[in-house]
Amino acid sequence: MSDTKPGHEVPLPPAALDDPHLQPSTKNPQRMQTLAALAMVVGMLGFIAFIWVYWIDASNQWEAGTLALGMLGLGVGTICWGKYLMPQGPFVEERHDFHSTEPERESFNAAITGRGGLEVKRRGLLLGVFAVAGGIMTLALVVPGIRSLGPKPAKAEETEGPTDDSLFTTNWKKGSKLVTVDGRPVQVDDLEVGGVLTVFPAGFEGTSPDQVILIRLAQLAPGQQLPLGSPGKPEWTTAGYVAYSKLCTHLGCPVGLYQERTQQLVCPCHQSIFNVNSGAIPEFGPAPRPLPQLPITVDGTGQMRANGSFDQAVGPGFWERP
Amino acid sequence: MIDKSLNWIDDRLGVAKGGRTFLDKIFPDHWSFMLGEIALYSFVVLLGTGVFLTLYYVPSAHEIVYHGSYVPLRGQHVSEAYASTVGLSFDVRSGLLMRQAHHWAADIFLGAIAVHMARVFFTGAFRKPREFNWVVGVLMLILGIVNGFLGYSLPDDLVSGTGIRIAYSIIESIPVVGSYLGFFLFGGNYPGSGVIIPRFFIIHVLIVPAILVGLLAAHLGLLVKQKHTQFPGKGKTEKNVVGSPMFPTFMAKTTGFLFMTAAVIFGLGGFAQINPIWQFGQYEPYQISYAVQPDWYMGWLDGALRIMPSWEWVGWGHTLPLEVFLPAVIFPGLIFNVLLAWPLIEWAWTKDSNYHNLLDRPRDRPKRTAAGAAMLTLLFAVFFASSTDVMANFFQLPLMDVLWFFRFFVPLAPIVAYFITFKICHEMRDAEHIGQRKRALVVSRSAEGEYTTVSSAPRPGDDHEELDAIPVPTFIDTTDPALATAAGVRRVIR
Repeated sequence: MSDTKPGHEVPLPPAALDDPHLQPSTKNPQRMQTLAALAMVVGMLGFIAFIWVYWIDASNQWEAGTLALGMLGLGVGTICWGKYLMPQGPFVEERHDFHSTEPERESFNAAITGRGGLEVKRRGLLLGVFAVAGGIMTLALVVPGIRSLGPKPAKAEETEGPTDDSLFTTNWKKGSKLVTVDGRPVQVDDLEVGGVLTVFPAGFEGTSPDQVILIRLAQLAPGQQLPLGSPGKPEWTTAGYVAYSKLCTHLGCPVGLYQERTQQLVCPCHQSIFNVNSGAIPEFGPAPRPLPQLPITVDGTGQMRANGSFDQAVGPGFWERP
Repeated sequence: MIDKSLNWIDDRLGVAKGGRTFLDKIFPDHWSFMLGEIALYSFVVLLGTGVFLTLYYVPSAHEIVYHGSYVPLRGQHVSEAYASTVGLSFDVRSGLLMRQAHHWAADIFLGAIAVHMARVFFTGAFRKPREFNWVVGVLMLILGIVNGFLGYSLPDDLVSGTGIRIAYSIIESIPVVGSYLGFFLFGGNYPGSGVIIPRFFIIHVLIVPAILVGLLAAHLGLLVKQKHTQFPGKGKTEKNVVGSPMFPTFMAKTTGFLFMTAAVIFGLGGFAQINPIWQFGQYEPYQISYAVQPDWYMGWLDGALRIMPSWEWVGWGHTLPLEVFLPAVIFPGLIFNVLLAWPLIEWAWTKDSNYHNLLDRPRDRPKRTAAGAAMLTLLFAVFFASSTDVMANFFQLPLMDVLWFFRFFVPLAPIVAYFITFKICHEMRDAEHIGQRKRALVVSRSAEGEYTTVSSAPRPGDDHEELDAIPVPTFIDTTDPALATAAGVRRVIR
């Protein structure tokens, strides 16, 4: 019963059982052992209770409570065992030099620079061709991996077309009916002064880029224009209504909060505030641009319609936006 | 019998030599060394509860009519992702517990990483030879944040959907390639062609966890190979490690700690409601909820977005949304790169190429400690800036005033924190007897009337004499039956 440990050439004698390093750190091991056992029994009961409450399909709280109790009991017992009853030492372990010996390093470096360097010298051409071919192979693998993921964004000139493929278009056209998300057409007397409604072009209910917030600012007759401040366009309003894209120009959240008293639209995401009376110009917060205004009109039957589309891309900024 | 089995194994695998070294591995004792364990064990809980959730979650944006047991939602058109998340919460037994425990475990995982990282930073544990492990740790933090965000997005509820919308717009803000990246990732203009949920799902449950497990193995492997750092103390040098052995002492303590960590997470999962998506409803791109807060580890990014002025740059036929790109791409990029490069940054400053196995006391490195305090202050300041609206409501202040306060507070507070911390460290370093136990001062008057002040004698236990450390004994003499069966004798100290 003897051996040599690293760094100890002399065999170590076996440690005596009453060596203080091997003793519990608690003053009363017998009591601690009882406590640890008790904690583990509590844990055990917790687990049994968990199975029981699962069986009878009791509430989430009962499940969590019993499971947590089980783990807590078992955990406390195990820690008491380890921390107070097992040998605490202190024991010491030597660190060894982390790096290799000098000859080992030299030999390793020589393999890289010597054997490798020889190939570079002799076969520089092959190495160059290999590197280029490997690079192109990577490209060949990566390009479809990325390009297949989705469509290319349409160019700014392509102002018509599906909104899925373009950041510049929406489904609003001259004559589009204003409808609610359920497809109900919006009539001119649907809103009181101060009322707001989220509307879409008929046939595109619920689509993200088309969402428009319709606000009634005054009780005017169809054809009468609101005295909208710049950059708002009074001729794009009708019957006291004004319509703006509901996509925040900051990060595209729906600008859903309307404060009637101040006539401001507030974005709940980052608190940009837009002045509804002046073409939704941003008065406060991080939004950089007014919400694009939608030209609206009322037809002979009282149905509200778009009188054209937006004159710019809706939503947050992006590189290709002119 | 046991000897025979072990020999049988060693004949085939040759594990005895390395195995003994591993069982003798010494773990220094300090409470702050357990912070990393909290991260490790919450990751274990994350994997376990996560596997449970994958058995019921359906990663599909396909619209169906909800028919589950949650009455207010019945008959509504929802996505399969949303319906299955509500379903696994209410119609799968223990499902709600597992889902909420999973969410809490993620929050605790990232919190533990952050605090563990602060410990490593302030004590200088990242210095040579542990620079690689610091980098591995920062990478795990970044991946953890990414995966937390992805997982939070999977239920397709109103709150997380808003988060995805914001993420899309942030991608869009990247110059030149932004709109391409957004279109590729989402399969088109927002909200895309319905591919984002299955894509987020596979990244969340396979790709990122696989990388995390690999990094974790590297993190722990390096820890074993390079051995632990330790605080200076009796018998502790740059050349050794003093503490308790892997087997059985540390193993018992750490296993117990795994159970305790899991107990807290499951307790929270049952008693502390988190992310009640059935109250938020299905995500619709035109709907929004008020006072929405992301998970805590995303708050600092949201705060930076809020306080940024509206500096969009337009020219030469292009738009550069600096009001988004700077706070949401450049700012976190800078923070993470400073973190990754910190060992290099400090080396460039100190030119110190020595091995460091003994830890610093933070006060002994005032510049590093002050820099860390400044960084933490910056992150906390932007974190609180993410609740400007809630604060304005709570303190009955105009929103604009709160915002302007943070616009100054965020850049200034770290500078103030740096100098205050620097000063405190210097004062502490120069103070005598700091860190020692306080003793009563005895003032006595001599017969001549002279007053003298002396420290009282140490009380018993004041000078806690530790035993000298010994190597773990290879053999223990268990031949004395009386001693072998006793519960253990009292440890003799001194």
